[in-house]
Amino acid sequence: MTPVLETRALCKSFGALTVADTIDFHLGAGARHALIGPNGAGKTTFVNMLTGRIPPSSGSIMLGGADITAASQSERVKRGLGRTFQINTLFRNLTVVDNVALSVAERTDVGGGLFGVASKQKAVVAESMDLLGSLGLADDARATVIGLPYGKQRLVEIAIALGLKPKVLLLDEPAAGVPSLESHRILEVIAALPSDIAVLIIEHDMDLVFRFAKRITVLAQGAVLMEGTPAEIRTDLRVRQVYLGEDHV
Amino acid sequence: MTIAARLLSRLAPHAGGYIADARIRPIEYLPWVVAIIIYVAAPEYLPLGSYILILMLFALSLDLILGYGGIITLGHTAYFGIGAYSAGILAKFVTAEPFTGLVVAAVCAGVFGLITGAVILRTTGLTLLMLTLAITSICYEVANKANDWTGGADGLSGITMNPVFGQFRFDMFGNTAYLYSLVFLILGWWIVRRIVYSPFGASLAGIRENPVRMHAIGAPVYGRLVVVYTISAMIAGVAGALLTHTTQFVGLKVLGFELSGDLVVMLILGGVGRLYGAIVGPLIYLVAQDLLAKQYPEYWYFWIGALLVVIVLFARGGLLGIVDALRARFEKARGR
Repeated sequence: MTPVLETRALCKSFGALTVADTIDFHLGAGARHALIGPNGAGKTTFVNMLTGRIPPSSGSIMLGGADITAASQSERVKRGLGRTFQINTLFRNLTVVDNVALSVAERTDVGGGLFGVASKQKAVVAESMDLLGSLGLADDARATVIGLPYGKQRLVEIAIALGLKPKVLLLDEPAAGVPSLESHRILEVIAALPSDIAVLIIEHDMDLVFRFAKRITVLAQGAVLMEGTPAEIRTDLRVRQVYLGEDHV
Repeated sequence: MTIAARLLSRLAPHAGGYIADARIRPIEYLPWVVAIIIYVAAPEYLPLGSYILILMLFALSLDLILGYGGIITLGHTAYFGIGAYSAGILAKFVTAEPFTGLVVAAVCAGVFGLITGAVILRTTGLTLLMLTLAITSICYEVANKANDWTGGADGLSGITMNPVFGQFRFDMFGNTAYLYSLVFLILGWWIVRRIVYSPFGASLAGIRENPVRMHAIGAPVYGRLVVVYTISAMIAGVAGALLTHTTQFVGLKVLGFELSGDLVVMLILGGVGRLYGAIVGPLIYLVAQDLLAKQYPEYWYFWIGALLVVIVLFARGGLLGIVDALRARFEKARGR
């Protein structure tokens, strides 16, 4: 399978501390891939390098065959890289539909228009409403995000990313902090993501990972410990050591 | 629905966005109707009135970047002052035609806003605040030292403006000055309102709310901030030029930190990011200043400070924030 996202020998150091160590990683078109690892394994640093929030110390990142290592965040988004955040990163005082419309407007190059009227961008509003409807948020469209329950806010996180129509979607702990009563809805949404989107999920919840992922990469101390199918990961001794410690294996 | 509730429902804050009704509501004409009534009914207040109108335009320019763009600044007088001085120097040495002066002031302030914005908007928070202060301080000192052009500490005098359209002279009673300022305030209000309700305005709200997420959805955050900063500088420059044209004098005060601080106080009083906070704030501040200065010549600023404390403690959205709170209460009551 031709990778849509690939990293080659990606490294990141802060002084003497190496947080990403020669990471070779690839994500095929339409993949359902999980990135796991204990706290401090370097997962979020890896995602931040992929999205351009922090530059790598060395190595390269390829998206759709193009080298995007030096590309800005907005260039990467334009090339089809979308993400959600581990901690809600929303426009809290704006309405739910405005949260999504901002993303749709940027994708359709409407967002910088100085002379038009935003509410007359019917296509942007209609697409945003459709997206919210597909996520079960249509009734909350006019509500301010800050007033939504946390689980729905997590869905808005995903809706903003989907508004970009990404080729690659990075989901950073999408169900983090969501009560179990609400988390099933998030799992349904993730399971129903369009098959043409390659999805990389960064998650601690092993139940979610094993249900969702076709392949899993395990990071430990900034390096790839192993990559394989859920069955291979489940039975691998090194993974069990990393997660459970020597004494429990 | 009671009359009060009906009135309040028409006073929703002007936040822009993709589902906001951008049509001008009838109540939005109220400030301009009041301004015309004042022109007819209180001719003795026209000089003060035109100064208030000019500061409203200046406050609108600040609201655009502070209230909508989230750009924190204490140095917006740099652009006001450049507009004032460029209009004054042009009128004294080149041409005293007022509209040419306004265009030149807008261009000078806009170019300076573009250059300085491109530098300082790479920073945020306290660093940005300090840089805005530094820029206005540098401008102040340059104006102070460039005696031949600016008149230095004595100010730039000897300006005699041509009549507007060759017909309306800037008389000592402030008739022309008031209407001239009012027309350009309305034009500035219309431009700012258009920006607020545009997709660009919606993206500004996004940047103010969460720049990290705006980067993550591919928005050119820095570029948009530079654009809005430049537009704001141009409007501030026009306000400065209006002051020069109407008073036919430019003093160093137009570049002073004190005016910058006063402007922020006016906007906070009126309500930041509400469009009409920039109309209400300068009106309340300057009328209160006028009345208090007559009553308490030595302590008038104490009462302004006290008013600000009360507003910050009990009405954090400014005077228009109180209206918002009342409206929300009415709407909640209706929903029950």
